[in-house]
Amino acid sequence: MSNRLPTQKSSSSSTVETQSLCAALNRRSFLSQSGVGLGGLALADLLSQESASGAEVEQGVLGSPHFVPKAKRIIYLFMSGGPSHLDLLDYKPELNRLHGQQLPDSVRGGQRLTGMSGNQSSIPLVGSPFKFQQHGEGGAWFSETLPETAAIADDLCVINSMYTEAINHGPGVTFMQTGTQIAGRPSMGAWLSYGLGQESANLPSFVVMVTKDKGGQPLGAHLWGSGFLPTKHQGVRFRAGADPVLYLGNPAGVDTQSRRMLLDRMKELHEHQYSTTPDSEIQNRIAHYEMAFAMQSSVPEATDFASESQAVLEMYGPDVNTPGTFAANCLQARRLAERGVRFIQLYHPGWDHHGGVPGAIPKSCKETDQPAAALVKDLKRTGLLDDTLVIWGGEFGRTNYCQGKISPNFGRDHHPRCFSMWMAGGGIKPGTLHGETDELGYSVVRDGVHIHDLHATILHLLGIDHERLTYKFQGRRYRLTDVHGHVVPGILA
Amino acid sequence: MTMRRLFLVVLGCAAASVSAAEPIAEKTIDFNRDVQPILSNNCFFCHGPDANHREADLRLDVRDEAVGGEAIVPGKPEVSHLVNRIMSTDPDEQMPPPESNKHLTDREKQILKQWIAEGAEYQEHWSYVAPVKAEIPAGQNGVDVLIQQRHKSLGLEFSPQADRRVLIRRLYSDLLGLPPTPEEVQAFVDDQSPDAYAKLVERLLASPHYGERMAIGWLDVVRYADTIGYHSDTPRNVWPYRDWVIRSFNENKPFDRFTLEQIAGDLLPDADQETKVGSAFNRLLLSTEEGGAQAKDYESRMLTDRVRAIGTVWLGQTTGCAQCHDHKFDPISTRDFYALGAFFADIQEPILGRREDGMLVTTPEEQAKLAALDATLAETRGKFNAILPQLQAAQNQWEEDVVRAGTAIFEELAEGSQASAGDKKTAEQIFALVKKADKDRNSRERDQIQSYFRSKVCSQHKEEQAALAKAEQERKAYYDTLAKCLVSISSSNPRTVRILPRGNWMDESGEVMQPALPHYLPQPETDGRKLTRLDLAQWLVSRENPLTARTVMNRLWKQFFGIGLSKVLDDLGAQGEPPVNGPLLDWLACEFMDSGWDFKHMVRTIVMSQAYQQSSIASAELLAADPQNRECARQSAFRVDAELVRDNALAVSGLLVNRIGGPSVKPYQPEGYWENLNFPVRTYVADSGENQYRRGLYTWWQRSFLHPSMLAFDAPSREECAAERNRSNIPQQALVLLNDPTYVESARALATRILNEGPAATPERIQWVWNQVLQRNARPEEVQIVEQLLTQHAKTYQQAPESAAALLGVGGAPVDEQLDKAELATWTHVARVLLNLHETVTRS
Repeated sequence: MSNRLPTQKSSSSSTVETQSLCAALNRRSFLSQSGVGLGGLALADLLSQESASGAEVEQGVLGSPHFVPKAKRIIYLFMSGGPSHLDLLDYKPELNRLHGQQLPDSVRGGQRLTGMSGNQSSIPLVGSPFKFQQHGEGGAWFSETLPETAAIADDLCVINSMYTEAINHGPGVTFMQTGTQIAGRPSMGAWLSYGLGQESANLPSFVVMVTKDKGGQPLGAHLWGSGFLPTKHQGVRFRAGADPVLYLGNPAGVDTQSRRMLLDRMKELHEHQYSTTPDSEIQNRIAHYEMAFAMQSSVPEATDFASESQAVLEMYGPDVNTPGTFAANCLQARRLAERGVRFIQLYHPGWDHHGGVPGAIPKSCKETDQPAAALVKDLKRTGLLDDTLVIWGGEFGRTNYCQGKISPNFGRDHHPRCFSMWMAGGGIKPGTLHGETDELGYSVVRDGVHIHDLHATILHLLGIDHERLTYKFQGRRYRLTDVHGHVVPGILA
Repeated sequence: MTMRRLFLVVLGCAAASVSAAEPIAEKTIDFNRDVQPILSNNCFFCHGPDANHREADLRLDVRDEAVGGEAIVPGKPEVSHLVNRIMSTDPDEQMPPPESNKHLTDREKQILKQWIAEGAEYQEHWSYVAPVKAEIPAGQNGVDVLIQQRHKSLGLEFSPQADRRVLIRRLYSDLLGLPPTPEEVQAFVDDQSPDAYAKLVERLLASPHYGERMAIGWLDVVRYADTIGYHSDTPRNVWPYRDWVIRSFNENKPFDRFTLEQIAGDLLPDADQETKVGSAFNRLLLSTEEGGAQAKDYESRMLTDRVRAIGTVWLGQTTGCAQCHDHKFDPISTRDFYALGAFFADIQEPILGRREDGMLVTTPEEQAKLAALDATLAETRGKFNAILPQLQAAQNQWEEDVVRAGTAIFEELAEGSQASAGDKKTAEQIFALVKKADKDRNSRERDQIQSYFRSKVCSQHKEEQAALAKAEQERKAYYDTLAKCLVSISSSNPRTVRILPRGNWMDESGEVMQPALPHYLPQPETDGRKLTRLDLAQWLVSRENPLTARTVMNRLWKQFFGIGLSKVLDDLGAQGEPPVNGPLLDWLACEFMDSGWDFKHMVRTIVMSQAYQQSSIASAELLAADPQNRECARQSAFRVDAELVRDNALAVSGLLVNRIGGPSVKPYQPEGYWENLNFPVRTYVADSGENQYRRGLYTWWQRSFLHPSMLAFDAPSREECAAERNRSNIPQQALVLLNDPTYVESARALATRILNEGPAATPERIQWVWNQVLQRNARPEEVQIVEQLLTQHAKTYQQAPESAAALLGVGGAPVDEQLDKAELATWTHVARVLLNLHETVTRS
């Protein structure tokens, strides 16, 4: 049994302690607050563990997963704005045939219309301007705008039966990323960091990257926040440019050597202070200054593509050479996955096609199709795909009818009742098509997957029973899936 | 050996149970302390207050029902179904059922059995019973008496008093959030009078910075922020409310009045600007400007947001659950929830879209100046109106000419015109508009024509036009500088509030609700009239309300001891924690009410106690016995709040501008941090000059992108009411203190002070700066370490003067050009080390 103190402690306790026994007690009270029982946990599990590199890393609250995980990490390619399922992955020839006719009441089922088109007197159906073709064993359809994705169809599980309740971006993205429409609850990555802890000693367990200069729908920090979970679980934003992590760079006029001198002296002062007031928080602080120093070299190393071969760079497409593009972020994601980052969240804004579907969708696809497919191929090439789960999708779908009047440059409004996603890698049944919508792509008719179900399934793939990863807040145990969610067996390998 | 016994008990319960975190030294079972948490955590979910989710028609939260169904047979555990079921190993019989993921420990089973054997007496939930004030011998502090009462039974004793330096640092941190100067520390250390400490307390309570310090926690719990929260997260005007909070604490406004003004400041008989600013509380919730958002959706969000706030801020009740179903653990029902929400249905506000500018918040002088400008404006408008018919006639004539003569009438479009392309385009557009029949023009088009005619064509009445434009502009320019605040304005036509079945806003079948108070708490006399927000506020701070004073005192306790008497600050219900020292929390609550809700009196009472003045250094034995310091046999050491980390650095460096109040300010922030804000796109422009050096609580609170330095030190985003902050210790804090320009600049300013104000010799300089930051002398080992640091960096910067200049260039404060750059840069590193030390950011 390790006699070492945990590197970090509970959020609420900062009491002085000198013995590992007290540390264990504190950890227990932390567990009590978090609502996780001690039943299955051995005492050793409560204390620190060591990473593959031998450095001490932060252990998650679960100690070990509930069952053998299929995936160790997640790369989530979030297509912000609500990509049109009807123009990408959910082929509807009947919609093309009825182009221009009113949405039949029988399909609408008396549902109130949502969003911008709610007050339209005419709601004409609009077919997709794009050609579709089936690819791969599973028979999934892909629009001509996704040629590279189509080419890896046999690695993908396409889900055409996603649905949500949110009708707008703010609540919709928040729902997808935190399991509730209310801003301020812990995000998926924070839950995983809380449950499973860190894998890398010198990189955060949860990293977020947003494609640069895309405008589009706002993406607030609550989407990668830790909500009521301890702050250390919040996502760390990696940004394009000289200072990839906030405040990582030395101040002007300070080089690494100078910083090292300073940290060494500070460590001596802290150790001296500890000898007069033995407060384990001092030791934690020493450790965090070391981690901060380590990140100064580990982050630039992780973000430097110099060691990538030309072939790999070409696979991601020409954008890969421009920092902050989706292509560069995809390659960055693979590099972070290799280095033990558990949850890598990418956002690509710009999918909110209220107008200009025929021109805008190919543009969004051009930015994302090749890099996303290259990422899957690259992970496969490096053997990481086996235990890396890749997820592609947005916050909702789009209407099968036109927003405003039909025109060559038509648009589609937000549509929560069905949308499409794809997943690949760790534990996913490759080459499959899951779920089905009606022939006009308005409602799910088979194997619906609610956001809560998706979350339950994602946690399942990481070895977590979604009902047993909880945190007590405001009088009850909260979980990512709230009080809902069922694992979707149909998409599991 | 009592201490030994306590230790073993703690160890025993930690190993056996995680739900009962508290030491149980007592032998008899106490329902509230021992039994109810077990029942609430494991049974009430299916056998509790929520009638719609009750299994087997059995409820265990009401004794008659539990006994009636023979689940509990008082005195006879062996025939009680409850006991048989919890002891069963048959998965079909076992309770809680295995699939619930709930699990009773052997100790918990034992407690339930013993409780039933002893007669299964229930007690009303502790926090719903009026607090009882313990008798305190005259001349003694209730805090000490009641803590020592527990100590006696636990075999504990107070730790020795902290030394004077620690005491004054602690008091400054807790009451002002600022460090004392070395001179203030010395004066206190040297003051031999018996009331030295009491005098210090009084001086700090009278400081205007006391209000700033106290405001921080209040602003968290009411979720005060500068932006709306949802989607575009755009600004709104509420900062005068923040200043009102500071002022209220400074003036020691009684807490009952403080409450009334916030919930019903517009409805008070003596309502005035001040009380109305207080009523901004009702407007602090989140709102949206997102296109396509649906009003009913946000009407429901806003209602629930407000009910949660009342629950968190005053009642210590987690009302949120009852939005969709009757609360599963506490008696709050869905009816209670929506009836509470109905109190706020009269508040005038746009459900969607931009908030209004808000009420003008002005001084009498400003009011007079605005009135003068208004008078001037009215006068010039009168003169203008007099010439208006002539002007209109001239325009009509010109329009006819345009139609007749075509583009030729426009100078810009004449042959050989030198007009710019833009002007030509404008003229063409106007021409097109004039050709349209008046009935086909929209109002904007009419304005365009009129504006063009008056500015470009008409040569008459220029004077009147210019005078009016000037008066309008002057009035607007002045109006824009005045403070404004969203406030509560009551509508005589309130929104209809319905129970939303399962919380679904699209379901309009629910019963219409009138304002009403939670049914399970004491009700006031109302004669059946319709209740208002003022009734709600008065009820919250009525003597009969058992929750408010306890909730507020529990939060206050945390500020001074690091943890609440009941650990879960926002939940005094069944899922919270019975207070570790119930008589003490009750005494504080009663004393608070008896004193006329006198906040300073309570703060004074707490900080004057022996308990507060103890040392935070604990023996190994005490640590083991009470690792979380629940029993207050010592003080606690903890890292100070995010705002105070900043305040301290600015204060010791001499950069702090300690002006109170005003619009929120923008400290340095990494470039591009706001890049994903949109509608509109925004660029963060850091303040320059004095506003760069204001206290942390004035920082612009952007909910979706809270300032990253604040975030790193656990400041909440204030999207939800936050009764309690995390207190983490994470690597990002190291990065902030090392590299945020605020701290680099503070270090340089502190180094400048060392060289300008400190002694000449190095060891004395080290002593001097140690005293500035830590208010103590450096120990010989520390001096040695710092001398080494100085030698190393001096060498570096003498070899690379450009590096020194670069380091000194961080931040906007002017660099003292008289000083040697290499020396200043070298000492800047000493200052950086000091600002990064654990001791610097810790209140002990």
